[in-house]
Amino acid sequence: MTDMVTTPQETVERALALSEADGCVVIVDEGSTANLRFAGNTLTTNGVARSSQITVISVAGAGVGVVSRSAVRADQLADVVAAADRAAREARPSEDARPLVEGTAGAGWERPVEPTSIGVFGDFAPALGEAFAAADASGRRLYGFAEHSVTSTFVGSSTGLRLRHDQPTGRLELNAKSADMTRSAWTGVATRDFSDVDVAALDETLTRRLDWAKRRISLEPGRYETLLPPTAVSDLMIYLYWAAGARDAADGRTVFSRPGGGTRVGERLSTLPISLHSDPARAGVECAPFVVAHSSSREQSVFDNGLPLAHTEWISDGTLANLVQTRHSAGLTGLATTPQIDNLIMTGPEDGRSLEEMIASTERGLLLTCLWYIREVDPQSLLLTGLTRDGVYLVENGEVVGEVNNFRFNESPVDLLGRLSEVGPSEQTLPREWNDWFTRAVMPPVRVPDFNMSTVSQAS
Amino acid sequence: MRQIDPDFLALPLRRLADAALQRARDLGAEHASFRLERVRAETLRLFDARLEGSSDADDLGFAVRVIKDGTWGFASGIELTPEAAARAAEEAVRVAAVSAPINREPVELASEPVYDDVTWVSAYKVDPFDVPLPDKAALLAEWSSGLLGRVDHVSASLMQVKEQKFYADTAGTVTTQQRVRLHPVLTAMRADGDRFDDMRTLAPPVGRGYEYLTGTGWDFPAELAEIPDLLDEKLKAPSVEAGPYDLVIDPSNLWLTIHESIGHATELDRALGYEAAYAGTSFATFDQLGSLHYGSPVMNVTGDRTVEHGLATVGWDDEGVAGQSFDIVREGTLVGYQLDRRMALLKGLGRSNGCAFADSPGHVPIQRMANVSLRPAADGPSTDELISRVERGVYVVGDKSWSIDMQRYNFQFTGQRFYRIENGRLAGQLRDVAYQATTTDFWRSMEAVGGPETYVLGGAFNCGKGQPGQVAPVSHGAPAALFRGVRILNTAQEGGK
Repeated sequence: MTDMVTTPQETVERALALSEADGCVVIVDEGSTANLRFAGNTLTTNGVARSSQITVISVAGAGVGVVSRSAVRADQLADVVAAADRAAREARPSEDARPLVEGTAGAGWERPVEPTSIGVFGDFAPALGEAFAAADASGRRLYGFAEHSVTSTFVGSSTGLRLRHDQPTGRLELNAKSADMTRSAWTGVATRDFSDVDVAALDETLTRRLDWAKRRISLEPGRYETLLPPTAVSDLMIYLYWAAGARDAADGRTVFSRPGGGTRVGERLSTLPISLHSDPARAGVECAPFVVAHSSSREQSVFDNGLPLAHTEWISDGTLANLVQTRHSAGLTGLATTPQIDNLIMTGPEDGRSLEEMIASTERGLLLTCLWYIREVDPQSLLLTGLTRDGVYLVENGEVVGEVNNFRFNESPVDLLGRLSEVGPSEQTLPREWNDWFTRAVMPPVRVPDFNMSTVSQAS
Repeated sequence: MRQIDPDFLALPLRRLADAALQRARDLGAEHASFRLERVRAETLRLFDARLEGSSDADDLGFAVRVIKDGTWGFASGIELTPEAAARAAEEAVRVAAVSAPINREPVELASEPVYDDVTWVSAYKVDPFDVPLPDKAALLAEWSSGLLGRVDHVSASLMQVKEQKFYADTAGTVTTQQRVRLHPVLTAMRADGDRFDDMRTLAPPVGRGYEYLTGTGWDFPAELAEIPDLLDEKLKAPSVEAGPYDLVIDPSNLWLTIHESIGHATELDRALGYEAAYAGTSFATFDQLGSLHYGSPVMNVTGDRTVEHGLATVGWDDEGVAGQSFDIVREGTLVGYQLDRRMALLKGLGRSNGCAFADSPGHVPIQRMANVSLRPAADGPSTDELISRVERGVYVVGDKSWSIDMQRYNFQFTGQRFYRIENGRLAGQLRDVAYQATTTDFWRSMEAVGGPETYVLGGAFNCGKGQPGQVAPVSHGAPAALFRGVRILNTAQEGGK
């Protein structure tokens, strides 16, 4: 809150006390972020920012009123709460109305907020400067973005909830191009504090890939045996996860709808022992262990705020196990209440081979770097279209022999699960396409025997 | 004309600007700007005429941007006091200092006249935030109920935004602006055996007020009345045979193709590589300015930040540059880019054409899209006349799926409705259609553009660009147009079915 005397915890308490509604949930999000952006071996933009937002969710009978305001001063708090109370009284009944979640004060509620600052790049920025100098000297250009943010979320309710979660999120995208811009390579990492980011090592990887690209090979569109690295797999699986809403499935709208009615929960999607799951306690990709919902939608309910989250299997041993549920949708579908969680983990067989071993065992196939501009073509099959980007390499007799042109693909990640011929060991990865919204992913490399490259893209 | 809301003007705009700019001057900044913004957004969502969720949020804060020793520095704040504004200026200077070791290109800005204390308000009659939320929900529920019974499900949503900006810089420009936009969307859904499909309203997002929902600028009752029969026909339609077809594309679809293959491709920051690691670059490289054969001779494209009800329309941009209109493609040749002040000077293009925009007080202004529009032919044909010129083709209506590569060469689009054209006449709907092309091949295949009566201003609220990611609203005007020999895909076959 902008009144320096008022802490987020005090704001929650005061707002709850001010509400005259039947029930009330108050969420305060205190955010801080720092970023550096660069292109052609030089800085382009940068910045630091703070944010503070309060969301008041008032409940009157089955009606709910939601008002979110930023930079609210202590003397404005009563107006915000009154607006939410009034909206609740005037609202039509909410179909997702449920009793508010009950609870008590969770661990760390009273701790002060610890924001990030530009200082988080204290070691990283000089290392990046050295990488720029090395790139200059060898005729390469570096492009990319580094960002660190910390969001502290406080959830309090008239039913006793006092929950707090601090979420650090960091990401670095590094893209190297040849001086004539005809060769391009990309890598990215997710980090909690930038202390584990080794710019020189990442740059070395990119340099090797630019060398691979010195030999250019033209290929026609068609179906190719293709190795997808963890980042490419993450972008496809995240889309699958976003499409896994139980309500839409039950209404017959998605790939997870059973023809004739109901959902496909319980149906085998892959013959391989694949698990797709979320776990708020997973080391390295920790996320909020309780529901934080600022508004209701088909995939979340403000009434579920504070509901505990735990390890949830979406696909278990190749079989669709759960869909994203609110308490309301779980009641409609007769399935378990499994709310969305802010990380995603995919695993395959325990004896899966590494990507390097998969390359070494490939007679002829494509090795992708990442996917881009992924969009849904058909929700019924979850057919997605998109592009390969920043390096498609031809593998022959176990070795990378050169770079081929980019392609537009048309593929469904659900269909792909049934066609995978190999799944490697999982590792933390940064999704290339979706990292603005989703950075916490642990994914394996996979082999697809017949990936559909629909047409050639001239982009390089 | 409406006035800027008094409660925004009552904020300590000048005092904070003075404090920030003075501190930046004292610390040796060559240039500094101060921007205070309040962006309020309200969204309602209904499903089957029942309220599914609503949100009413605002984003209030300020930003200070400096150029210190040739390096940008940016900081934002949320505490609306002169002391906090001065601290943000100090922090922006500190950010410039930390960044200096990795800046190898000193920043300078193109000149712009000074606008001292000017104001601008967009063209709207009824502030949507003055209409009670229950009334808005009731209207959407009434429209939804009118469809239910003829279709299985109806989703409805209404997004509304009010954006208020105060800007001041060390050159002396001071601007205060307010604009309103909204986007109502209704989608009808129906199953027929194992087939399930949907159809969405074509009503574009607009820079208008609540009057848009009550009869000004769009006839919602008329459009909604047609949707059940159109959806029924779509469900029964045959699957398309893949191959090359002549296309007549309605402006309700063509605006998005313009956005992706012209709008983004002619952003100079992309052409210069500033977006190379993220949004991408452009095939329309700077060395081709004045010579690139972008499309056929009937292709004329303008950029503007001036058209009434346009989503990218402003009085002045977020660098204090006045809104303008300019040519991008003239008779098929690339003649202009969208610019901000730094790039305009860097490339010797004189004055910026006013395309700097930040979507929130916490974000830095970057070059964003103007309203980029394909001009109609003054005495051009009607849509029916365009269709009459096609022996075997497809008429494309409404936008849906879109994707284009990182240099804006290869794209693939679907739509809301596709009609078979046989011997110059529409012959029923088709299913499973996508069109796929390379940008210059596509625009060079454009044989004719329709007349002014076919021209519609489409657009989107959510154009994404930049890191940290920013969204911008933008409109695109288009006439109906005729294209020859475009590749049509069968999406079911693409999915292996």
